[in-house]
Order: sequence, then structure tokens, then C-alpha cells
Amino acid sequence: MDINGQDFINAMSAIGAGIAMIAGVGPGVGQGIAAGHGAAAVGRNPGAKSAITSTMLLGQAVAETTGLYGFAVAIILMFVKPFK
Amino acid sequence: MNVTSMTSMIACDSSFMIKSLYTFKIPGIDYDFSINTTHVAMFIVSLFILVMAIIARIKINKANASDTPGFFQNAVELIVEMLQTMVEGIMGKNANKFVNYLSTLFLFIIISNISGLFGLRPPTADYGVTLCLGVITFILVQFNGIKKNKLGHFTSLFQPIWFLFPINLIGEFAVPLSLSLRLFGNIMSGTVLMGLIYDLLNPYTIGVGAFLHGYFDLFSGCIQAYVFCMLTMVYVNDKIADD
Repeated sequence: MDINGQDFINAMSAIGAGIAMIAGVGPGVGQGIAAGHGAAAVGRNPGAKSAITSTMLLGQAVAETTGLYGFAVAIILMFVKPFK
Repeated sequence: MNVTSMTSMIACDSSFMIKSLYTFKIPGIDYDFSINTTHVAMFIVSLFILVMAIIARIKINKANASDTPGFFQNAVELIVEMLQTMVEGIMGKNANKFVNYLSTLFLFIIISNISGLFGLRPPTADYGVTLCLGVITFILVQFNGIKKNKLGHFTSLFQPIWFLFPINLIGEFAVPLSLSLRLFGNIMSGTVLMGLIYDLLNPYTIGVGAFLHGYFDLFSGCIQAYVFCMLTMVYVNDKIADD
């Protein structure tokens, strides 16, 4: 099995994309906390359900951004191939 | 598995990437311009919205106050009312100036996101589209900030203390970047995951796609359209609110 430089770069890009997706941990935890507090808030005050839900979704979507940065890096490494 | 087959797998022409359909050259410019799937999908989406808007206008013009409204008129009224409530909920008395733009934005993004359901590659899964939307929001925010606060718009960058200026400046320029990346990342991740699963289960994908399309296209697409408009409203309202 002979590995040339380009193969090595491709393999390392794949590993790097995998490592970049560790960024998904943070938003997962954050969104879970937001959803938990949202559920608690609805339980305490069921009348404000729609306002709580929209606030929660907005906060979750903002919290998701950091994970998506990691995803963008992974996509670039896998498919755009900046290192030729 | 040997190395060449692995690299060819990574480099394979995946079904979820943007495909060039027609390439042409403009004389004098050394660059291959191409008509790709994003252009086609965006044209179809725009055409759909345009046709629906024209039909709605004709229907509403013909409508009599004494008649019972039909299904289409009811749907149009529901959508318009929903959008107006959404904008008024955030912007209050400034809503009338922005409701047209925000409604257009919302309808364009939501139909773009849902278009994955009808076999198109969603236009919002192309960073070129979402960056433009983000830059439009950025210009809207800055324009309204300068219009409302005149020079105070720039001096507010030195608040609360002068050496926070670089951080405030980065904060301003992060708005279009984070907005566009959020929309792009969500729709692109849905497209990539669905493409991978469709490729993986190639001949046997009957039924599996329904759940995925329901989550990635409908749920995620609607949430992201809502979030994009909501954040645009919040950023603009930040600049023009009386305090």
C-alpha cells in the first residue's frame, strides 16, 4: 500500500472534519438546558406557553450557531478541499 | 479497502453538492461562469412566489365584502395576518415600515427551505444566497441606525468605554456572518444528511425519507425562517427603538 502526499492530506482532512464536529457537544448541552427550563416555565405558567416557546426556540437557534461553525469547517474540509 | 478507493469515496461526486448545469465564458474575463442548481431552484421559488402573489392580488381585487371568502383567500389572509402579528409583536409602532420587507424575506426563506421536499436543492443551502440575505440585514441595520441616531450611531461604538471599540466593531460585523451561517448551516446539514442516507440505502429508500424530510425540511426550515426574520427585527429594533 503506497500512500502519496495527496492521500495523506485527504485522510487528515477526514479526521479533521470528524474532530471539528466535536463542536456539536456544546449546542446540544445548551439547547437541552434551554428546553428543560422552557418546560419548567410552561409547567409553572401554562398560560404563557406560546411566548415561552418562541423565546426558547429563538435562544436555541442562537445557541446552535457555534455548532454550525464547526459544521461549516467540517464541510469545507470534506468537500471544498482547501489543501490540495 | 485500499487507499485509492477511499480517496475516491471522499472525493466522489456527491448528490447533495451544487452541480453545474451549463458553463459559459464571458469574453475578456478568464473565468468559467456556470448556471447551477441553485440558480434553477431560486428561479423556480421566485416564480412560484410571484405567481402566487399575482393570483392573490387578482382574487383580493375581485373580492366583495358580502361574499363568503374561498379557500385561497382565507389562506392568503391567514398568512398576511400571521406575518403582521409577528412583526408588530417585536417592532411595535415601527412595524408598518418593515412589514413588507420582512414578509417577503420570510416567504422567500420558508419556500426555499421547503423546496427540498419537492426535489429541488434548497437555494438556502448555498452560502452565496444566505450571505446576501445577511448583508441586506446588515445594511438595513446600519442604515436605520445612522438615520435614527446620526453621529451617535458611530460614537455608540465607544460605549461604555473607549477601548471596547474593537470588540463593538467585531460585534457589528458578526451580525451578517452569524445570521447567514446559521441559516446555511441548518439547511446544508439537512441536505447533506439526507443525501448521505439516500446514497447509503440506495435502492431501498421508500418511506425512510418521509421522517427525515419532515424534520429537516419542514420543522428545521420553518424554525430557521422564523429565527432569521426574528433576529433581523431584533437587530433593527435595537437601533431605532426610543429609549
